Amino acid sequence: MKSLEVTLRALREDGRKALVPYFVAGATPDWIRHVEAAALGGADAIEIGIPFSDPMMDGVVIQEAGLRALQAGTTFESIGRELAAIDTDVPLIAMTYYNIFLHYGLARSAGRLREFGLSGAIVPDLSLEESDEWTTSCAEHDIATIFLVAPSTPVDRIRDVAKRSEGFLYASARMAVTGASTDEGEGARVVANVREASDLPVYVGIGITTPEQAAATAQVSDGVIVGSALVRAILDGASAHDVENFVRSFRDAIDAVFEA
Amino acid sequence: MGAPDERGHFGDFGGRFVPEALMPACLELEGAFRDAWADPSFIDEYRTTLSQFVGRPTPVTPLPRLSEKLGLSLYAKREDLAHTGSHKINNVVGQTLLTRRMGKTRIIAETGAGQHGVATATGAARLGLACTVFMGEVDTVRQELNVFRMELLGARVVPVTSGSRTLKDAVNEAMREWVTCVSDTHYCIGSVMGPHPFPWMVREFQSIIGIEAAAQLDELGVGTPDLVVACVGGGSNAAGIFAGFANSDARLVGVEAAGGAAVASGSPGVLHGMRSMLLQDEFGQIEEAHSMSAGLDYPGIGPEHAYLADSGRAEYFAVGDEEVLDALSLLSEYEGIIPALETAHALAWITREVGARIPRGATVLLNLSGRGDKDVAQVRQLLKGPS
Repeated sequence: MKSLEVTLRALREDGRKALVPYFVAGATPDWIRHVEAAALGGADAIEIGIPFSDPMMDGVVIQEAGLRALQAGTTFESIGRELAAIDTDVPLIAMTYYNIFLHYGLARSAGRLREFGLSGAIVPDLSLEESDEWTTSCAEHDIATIFLVAPSTPVDRIRDVAKRSEGFLYASARMAVTGASTDEGEGARVVANVREASDLPVYVGIGITTPEQAAATAQVSDGVIVGSALVRAILDGASAHDVENFVRSFRDAIDAVFEA
Repeated sequence: MGAPDERGHFGDFGGRFVPEALMPACLELEGAFRDAWADPSFIDEYRTTLSQFVGRPTPVTPLPRLSEKLGLSLYAKREDLAHTGSHKINNVVGQTLLTRRMGKTRIIAETGAGQHGVATATGAARLGLACTVFMGEVDTVRQELNVFRMELLGARVVPVTSGSRTLKDAVNEAMREWVTCVSDTHYCIGSVMGPHPFPWMVREFQSIIGIEAAAQLDELGVGTPDLVVACVGGGSNAAGIFAGFANSDARLVGVEAAGGAAVASGSPGVLHGMRSMLLQDEFGQIEEAHSMSAGLDYPGIGPEHAYLADSGRAEYFAVGDEEVLDALSLLSEYEGIIPALETAHALAWITREVGARIPRGATVLLNLSGRGDKDVAQVRQLLKGPS
């Protein structure tokens, strides 16, 4: 079992719901400070988005952040250099599109992720059927590959995906790309389907915008992922202190439900 | 040309690189297409529609004056005479019939020059399907009349303002939209690109071009041509005409725009659901294509073309804007046919290569993929300067 999964399973054993914020690396000059602030605010794992020119699964907020990062000259290597300066025990997970790794070289990418201190990767356009080369490359570097399931995924396919996913299973709460949403979504139904198929921790993301939504989602899942709402705040000029408070507001809302 | 493997690979290319949310739709589509394409009643309706609505078969026209000037024996397959003015309608007829067969009520599409958008709006109107077309904002300006045509046909046109605001971004936006509405909506991809089964399915729906042309050349007593030449953006008209000659001795040539030459200047990568040849920088970021022709302004190429290039069965070359304008004028003046800018790329390569890559006296079949009406305003500006 990959070390990321050991950590995240232990978290669940301890009765803690995972909070996983998402950042676009390089979107602002002080993004590393934001990542550290999120750890202080109570994040259990942190997604580091590596920007790609054509983010098919992302809505306007993350598109804009990615564009800013690319215009600032952000690359896989520059992200690695900046991550070397970070001081945190919170697991870091890369999120990017397959072409970034493919172009860099799959084995080389997996090795670099480990050297940069990352322990997992989410690659939303890498389908299960095309993933063998990548997961083989990850094996020797202890990089967990996290797969997604969606409201449209049939239960028998969830079983296949869950068998291959490591660390956790990313359950998409709605049929949508990343971005803010106000409705409840279908996270609970997707999680229920996953529970039938697997005992892997299951975290829900896509459209989780408020602490209240996060708290409600945490009641049915093992964790929640908060992306666009946080990235929006950062694009609007949030300081590291603001980011810490933002993450803590989600942490407190989630924990309040379980302490009550 | 054969079918891809069971996961949609043509050699090292193709496949299915899509978000999990779209996997069930891709699998459903593949099943529906396999089923329909083996069903005589579906094929009959497809063929009947092509005949009664599209006006097929389109003729093969000998080009005697241009042949004499160039020292070739030149023939044109007249997809410009198909309804809506290009080959795009062949694929749309197939996919709209398939949409109805799958019980879906809405269709979305991307478009570059607007030809696929107009064709999709046309096909949707004919079957009473709701239609939304995504078009890069840059292209909505370059091809504003096509925007109006789509609206006349009852479609909604959404200008795409992300990225380079051209065809590749229209594809991204259509994919994002498809995720949200996949249960009742079919994404009608306009070229031999995207995730499996699209590259294969679109080639099959376009193969009518090559099948007809081969038979027509036989009837004319020409037989197998020495070369078959077509322009390539994503590559659907080329795939369609190549399909009729892949098992012959004819050389197959695809002509890309110099600013969008994925085979000549690209490298393998993954974009828009497929592994193919792409224009990308040293970090794997996709580069913007640059062509005056909106239909060729695409940084990739269909995966089967990447495979045909790799295997050597087809050759791919690039031509620049200036040669293309000369070729457009030449065909207009010598044969009374104003071609689309896209099509003029194929002719530009032919005129350049006579006596070089094309032996003098060779028999050449040009796929005349579209008519130039949509480009006339732009060509006037390019030839005469701003009015």
